[in-house]
Amino acid sequence: MDRLQSDIAKLMRDDWGRLLAVLIGNLRDFQFAEDCLSDAFSSALEHWPRGYPRNPQGWLLQVARRKAISRLRRAATRTKARPDLAYLMALDAEEIESEHDIPDERLRLIFTACHPALDPKTRIALTLRTLCGLATPEIARAFLDKEATMAQRLARAKTKIAKAGIPYDVPGPQAWEPRLTSVLTVIYLIFNEGYSASTGEASIRGTLCDEAIRLARAVHSLCPTDPEVAGLLALLLLNHARSPARLDASGTTIPLELHDRTRWNHGHIREGLAILKTALRRGRPGPFQLQAAISAVHAEAADFEATRWDELALIYDRLVELVPTPVVALNRAVALSFAHGPALGLANLPEGLEHYQSFHAARADMLRRQGRTSDARDAYDQALALTRNEADRLFLEKRRDALI
Amino acid sequence: MSILGRPERLPTVAATTATDTRDENTMKFLALIYDPEGNNDFAPGSPEFEAYMGQWMALDEALKEAGVYVGGEALQPSSTATRVRVRGGKQETMDGPFAETKEQLGGYYVLDCKNLDEAIKYAAMIPVHETGTIEVRPLLDLSEMMDA
Repeated sequence: MDRLQSDIAKLMRDDWGRLLAVLIGNLRDFQFAEDCLSDAFSSALEHWPRGYPRNPQGWLLQVARRKAISRLRRAATRTKARPDLAYLMALDAEEIESEHDIPDERLRLIFTACHPALDPKTRIALTLRTLCGLATPEIARAFLDKEATMAQRLARAKTKIAKAGIPYDVPGPQAWEPRLTSVLTVIYLIFNEGYSASTGEASIRGTLCDEAIRLARAVHSLCPTDPEVAGLLALLLLNHARSPARLDASGTTIPLELHDRTRWNHGHIREGLAILKTALRRGRPGPFQLQAAISAVHAEAADFEATRWDELALIYDRLVELVPTPVVALNRAVALSFAHGPALGLANLPEGLEHYQSFHAARADMLRRQGRTSDARDAYDQALALTRNEADRLFLEKRRDALI
Repeated sequence: MSILGRPERLPTVAATTATDTRDENTMKFLALIYDPEGNNDFAPGSPEFEAYMGQWMALDEALKEAGVYVGGEALQPSSTATRVRVRGGKQETMDGPFAETKEQLGGYYVLDCKNLDEAIKYAAMIPVHETGTIEVRPLLDLSEMMDA
């Protein structure tokens, strides 16, 4: 029984998004499709103890469709749902021989959930709910929202998709670029939500990183020739590879220069480097490829001293051209400070980040390396005043108190 | 990121759409045109006026050509507006303009489109896109409610 339950839980994890994507295509209604798929999983718990089906995904899809048919039949007297019913019954008559008979429509699902007509936070939540199958309470916890608030947000999104004429489709080539950018940004934000660990529960944070990598893999397998999709996947793998070395036993952030690099996930690094190399060969570098390249330079250095800061500074020059934001400029200044000395780093610090903890932390570190102890102490204090994350607070205090 | 003009990546998707073969119904959208007033007050007959009106005429033409045009009008300025309400059986009127925001409703189109993406595509062609805002909303299909 336990074995069966964990098998079903695994199916739910691995196949929820794929089955839901097909069902939404059939039913054209996010909520209805979700309800029917949930019903099918409940039926599985009930029926499978008597015999595990030969083709579990096909079984689930077929049962979900039959749930839809019987619900529509019950409602058919008072709605004009009859054409749907005929269409579904025709589908039901088709045998699903194996898992391979189920089309992969996840790209349609993610393009719809990440539609630019939806609020960016809604896009993330809806993607986690539909494609990753995360439960509403889990998503609410990840964003530190009340469960009811998150449920409302999701319900509103599903209604808007149904009523506002948001198509369940991958856009045509002319609309492809901004929409794909939205999809990649959502995946990136899901990862960051998990990686930065600024708020929320640790276990959910880890799940978010894994889910983001899973999504990036899915999109990459669906658009294998797009270099930015590959760039994103490489970036996530290379960053996630450093996770095991990012915190010490007391939960203090360990800066990159003090990482125990043997603890990095070298499998992820190898995979990320290979994917990035293939992507860069297409000669169309974009922001995700460049960020992955930055991560790759760190991954390839045997230790902090061996980091090719000159190379990093050059990549940041390109990145700041494509993404001219103060945060990118700040990271470029850090690279310059290591490549050519803290004075150049300080001279290149951007304006407008006075409310941003990392700005003061970076500045403090440059001042410390320049030997300007009292200025450095002030800068650490400013950074600490803006710190909301325990791991960072412990680290910054340690650095400040070590100043002589 | 030159993804444009590389449609060869899409066939994987086209192949999967075979599972739902229902007709693509169109739906009606209202495009409400908000723009700061005075923005485009060119003297009739001036080259600026001709150029500006030319853009609207070209848009009307394009909408009709595409078969999405249902209707559309421009409004007199908001200073000509009157608000009417009835409270406790008593009719009240108020004189405009009602300048809660800088942008004022200046006109509208009703468009018959395949989906929101198509409606957004045409809304973005409305000549005030650089200065104003277009709000796109689907019309409520009353026939659907009657059948229920």
